[in-house]
Amino acid sequence: MEYLEFELPIKELEEQLDKCEIIGKESDVDVSETCKQIEKKLIETKKEIYKNLTPWQRVMMSRHPDRPYTLDYIKALCGETFLEMHGDRNVKDDKAMIGGLGKIGDQSFMFIGQQKGFNTKTRQFRNFGMPNPEGYRKALRLMKSAEKFGIPVVTLIDTPGAYPGLEAEERGQGEAIARNILEMTRLKVPIITIIIGEGASGGALGIGVGDRVLMLENTWYSVISPESCSSILWRSWEYKEQAADALKLTATDMKKQKLVDEIVKEPIGGAHTDRQQTFSIVRDAIIKSFDELKNLSPKDLVKKRMTKYENMGVFKD
Amino acid sequence: MSWFKRKTKGITTTTNEKKDTPKGLWYKSPTGKIVDTEELEQNFYVSPEDGYHVRIGSKEYFEILFDENTFKELDADLTSKDPLKFVDTKKYPDRLKAAQDKTQLKDAVRTAVGKSKGKELVIACMDFSFIGGSMGSVVGEKIARAANYSLKNKIPLMVISKSGGARMMEAALSLMQMAKTSVKLAQLADASIPYISLCTDPTTGGTTASFAMLGDINISEPGALIGFAGPRIVRDTTGKELPEGFQTAEFLLEHGFLDFITHRKDLKNRVNLYIDLITNQPIRS
Repeated sequence: MEYLEFELPIKELEEQLDKCEIIGKESDVDVSETCKQIEKKLIETKKEIYKNLTPWQRVMMSRHPDRPYTLDYIKALCGETFLEMHGDRNVKDDKAMIGGLGKIGDQSFMFIGQQKGFNTKTRQFRNFGMPNPEGYRKALRLMKSAEKFGIPVVTLIDTPGAYPGLEAEERGQGEAIARNILEMTRLKVPIITIIIGEGASGGALGIGVGDRVLMLENTWYSVISPESCSSILWRSWEYKEQAADALKLTATDMKKQKLVDEIVKEPIGGAHTDRQQTFSIVRDAIIKSFDELKNLSPKDLVKKRMTKYENMGVFKD
Repeated sequence: MSWFKRKTKGITTTTNEKKDTPKGLWYKSPTGKIVDTEELEQNFYVSPEDGYHVRIGSKEYFEILFDENTFKELDADLTSKDPLKFVDTKKYPDRLKAAQDKTQLKDAVRTAVGKSKGKELVIACMDFSFIGGSMGSVVGEKIARAANYSLKNKIPLMVISKSGGARMMEAALSLMQMAKTSVKLAQLADASIPYISLCTDPTTGGTTASFAMLGDINISEPGALIGFAGPRIVRDTTGKELPEGFQTAEFLLEHGFLDFITHRKDLKNRVNLYIDLITNQPIRS
């Protein structure tokens, strides 16, 4: 298990607890009282730390190397029923954007999401979760296929951004994201979107227009990453913490601005500390959202979705 | 002094009493592996030695996909005419006759409806052994009628392509079969009936440029050749050596044209899994 900087007091206490237990086992000294105290302190420390995370700490949590990724969720939710589908029918199969059909209970869903790798090799294979235009076009193809057969769409967002590459520009990164956003506003099936990690800008919104947009507790979603924001506005990478504050990119802030619909609680310590619980929370969230949407006619569904996005923005008249 | 001493008498069979092993007992895969044909048959016509997917025809695919090999063949008696009085090294009617005699098939596609994992499925399967699986009026019409059957009875359609392309002996009539079959696929799409395209070795030319690439899912088998222009033509025209694996199923998957590649033994399960998922029905185990 890896610890982030602000988690070090937890690491210390956990090590103390381990030692205490070992002493208890190996000698006749009664340590149960000490152990209990350490445990109590550990729980309190955890609560204290995770309750008061700064925006920048949330960003770090969202990028925690042990965090579950898109395919982990899908496989946990669908098991054997998941059938991955590939390709944009145009130039390539983008490994940074995955998709396919799967069942939760009796209901089929079309799952789409950015995929990150879990070690150096797979991170490169997945292009660090940064899709190319073909990734967005693959996503759209799958959404259209789902629409054709009346299958609801679930998108899982976890990207540091769309890939800023030469070929990506040649093939129309901007056009691909734009097309997805437009088509998603009028897709005739329910769309449930969950930000499970990083939600960076257009690269996230390219699969992120939904009837229900949920954010896991320790994720971020904004127009730019705090690092890039710092480098552009402060002309230095040093101000990422201020930038994270200023951007109001946490789930709580996004909910407050009515840009996302719901915050999904994670197990204490983050999604990675208890994956099974995380998966079951996400599963319940998807089912709850779908139950709210499934009886709407396609017309009402689209109308409501459009109205929701029409109302975003703050201005003086 | 000899190194070995023969204790028993040597082979004494006379030449005219020697027996050949009957033909067809063994199959040699392209990598040179020798497989017992019976074993091959039990292994879905895939070499257990190297995973090579042997080219098979409609008879074998129907056997693999339909429950207990039970199905009703559609339009079995449709045969080609010779509208253009076409002659190359042979007259077209003679070529047709020869192909029919050799293959015991009427033309390059057979269409059928039957149960696959307990649910009805319409399958149109091409036969490469009949004039290179070429598509003329009969192939176009039979696929169109199979699609009609799907439309009328709301049954998913699967087309198994295995073809060198359009049939030259019917010239532009063949070309227009690409449009004709596409019309039917458009109607199927409007009716939201799933259409599965399985591209097998080889799928080229007008077949690729029409129904083979238009599936709700396009799938293939390992190593299958899939392309528009054949590899020889591409090489001769461009004067360039082709990259390794050019136009294989794996190449097409990488370039975004296939949803997945499946081993033949998993074909029936995966096709039916897709149908259950996309029609939101309980998954048949």
